[in-house]
Amino acid sequence: MSKYESVIGLEIHAQLLTESKIFCSCSTTFGNEPNRNICPVCTGQPGVLPVLNKKVVEFAIKTALALHCQIAPYSIFARKQYFYPDLPKDFQISQYELPLATNGYVEINVNGNTRCIRIHRIHLEEDAGKLVHAGSDRIQGSTYSLVDFNRTGVPLMEIVSEPDMATPEEARAYVQEIAALLKSLGVCDAKMEEGSLRCDGNVSIRPVGDKNLGTKTEVKNVNSTKALKDALDAEIVRQIKAVDAGERIIQETRHFNENTGQTISLRSKEEAHDYRYFPEPDLVPLEVSKEWIDEIKQGIGELPAEKIKRYVEQFGIKTEDVETILESPGMAEFFEGAIRLYGKPQIVANWLTGEISAYLNAKKLEIKNSKLKISTLVGMLALIDKGTISGKIAKEVIVKMLDTGKSAEEIVKESGATQISDEGELIKAIQEVIKNNPKPVQDYKDGKKASITFLVGQVMKVTKGRAKPDLVNKLLEKELS
Amino acid sequence: MALTIKDVEHVAKLARLGLSEEEKTTLVDQLSKIFGYMEVLNKIDTKGVLPTSHALPMKNVFRQDKAIPFNNTDEILANGPEVEKRMFKVPKILD
Repeated sequence: MSKYESVIGLEIHAQLLTESKIFCSCSTTFGNEPNRNICPVCTGQPGVLPVLNKKVVEFAIKTALALHCQIAPYSIFARKQYFYPDLPKDFQISQYELPLATNGYVEINVNGNTRCIRIHRIHLEEDAGKLVHAGSDRIQGSTYSLVDFNRTGVPLMEIVSEPDMATPEEARAYVQEIAALLKSLGVCDAKMEEGSLRCDGNVSIRPVGDKNLGTKTEVKNVNSTKALKDALDAEIVRQIKAVDAGERIIQETRHFNENTGQTISLRSKEEAHDYRYFPEPDLVPLEVSKEWIDEIKQGIGELPAEKIKRYVEQFGIKTEDVETILESPGMAEFFEGAIRLYGKPQIVANWLTGEISAYLNAKKLEIKNSKLKISTLVGMLALIDKGTISGKIAKEVIVKMLDTGKSAEEIVKESGATQISDEGELIKAIQEVIKNNPKPVQDYKDGKKASITFLVGQVMKVTKGRAKPDLVNKLLEKELS
Repeated sequence: MALTIKDVEHVAKLARLGLSEEEKTTLVDQLSKIFGYMEVLNKIDTKGVLPTSHALPMKNVFRQDKAIPFNNTDEILANGPEVEKRMFKVPKILD
């Protein structure tokens, strides 16, 4: 990868979370019996008319606003014509000239660097049907195929990026960012493994520093962000090998095989792409007024990127902590609730991203389904502040709170894990430590002041962490002088 | 602009039309005439005229997002020359 650099652009297809299809009233429910969610419109019977689902347009406008796009005041639909068994009308209703939105951007974070990825366009279209291949588990080697049109006409929003990504890691981060955004907007559930979010990668290589783009290939068939990264990595390696061997890269579609980790060329019977787009005569133009956009804008809650910015600015907590909090469903609400009661955002964040996240991840739990309540967490933090328990003890207490749902006070009372506030009791422990550690004591008296740290540690051990370190330090100094 | 037999064959292939040699010759002639008419239209000065994509002066016709099942899916399936497990059977796709 030294002589060459890669250039990546992505096309994301997102299934929109509507109840009905984009141009007819069939249900979009997944998993029904084959060809149950079909009607004369989506199967392209003669004489039928498609009618646009208003919610589909609203979802796309929402997304376009979140991606800082320009929304076209006037856009139209077009017929994209090709022959494939999953396409009953022999054309797909899509947008070609005059798409709904153009010229946006999204910011992504990769290894601590923020990168801005431009969005070329967002347009609406209908999904195709599903093919089941017989005689083989894949299209290769199958003897015939079966077509289920339940998915035909499910609304798709295509988000096309500019070729702004330089590495497969950036491509992965971009898809993760878009998926998080679509989920938070409530327009798509963005499950790549179930196909509700699909991604094709366009990738090319060029000598480092070259301004011209190399010939690209399109990589398909990835069903996770990891598979996308692996597929792009493999395709870049393949292209470099080919160019180094004096071959020419052919513009083509390549499928990623997750088992072999390779991309393979798929030669189908399909004619070279010549879609002969023309305006869809059955659908009237779409005009989006400023008032409509403003109305939709008001319905958009705080976006993930805005929330991160606000948490960092308003609460002064670390960006990586905010990201951890936002990744966990319901944790942001918990965080804000705890701050309202308790203040001290960084301390709350440390507990949420530390012990509490570790516990939830291990048990595969969401915080709202756990036994921890905002009030009990705040109660525990108050016990630390009062000096009743040490931070170290609190780490054990929080696990018990998560296990049992009890308050910190109850747990502390039951286990007797309160801090020792009686100085007499502490001095007894300190004297014992001094007696058992003559060497460090002598070192301290000889001027090696640092050895007191060791002695404090020993006292903590003897008291099982129930002593307050700064008090132990003070008392030790007194005893040793 | 005069079309060639090759243009007609290309368009016919894209549209999955099988044409006889005689039909191709006829179509070269007929399509060339249609193209000629387009060239006449191209001479019109359309500066400042917005392109039309629809014949009717209408916009924004919507449906509300409500699912209403179609109850005669069996009749749609009956259009398939071959149906297996409620799915349309099609010949193999890849060579």
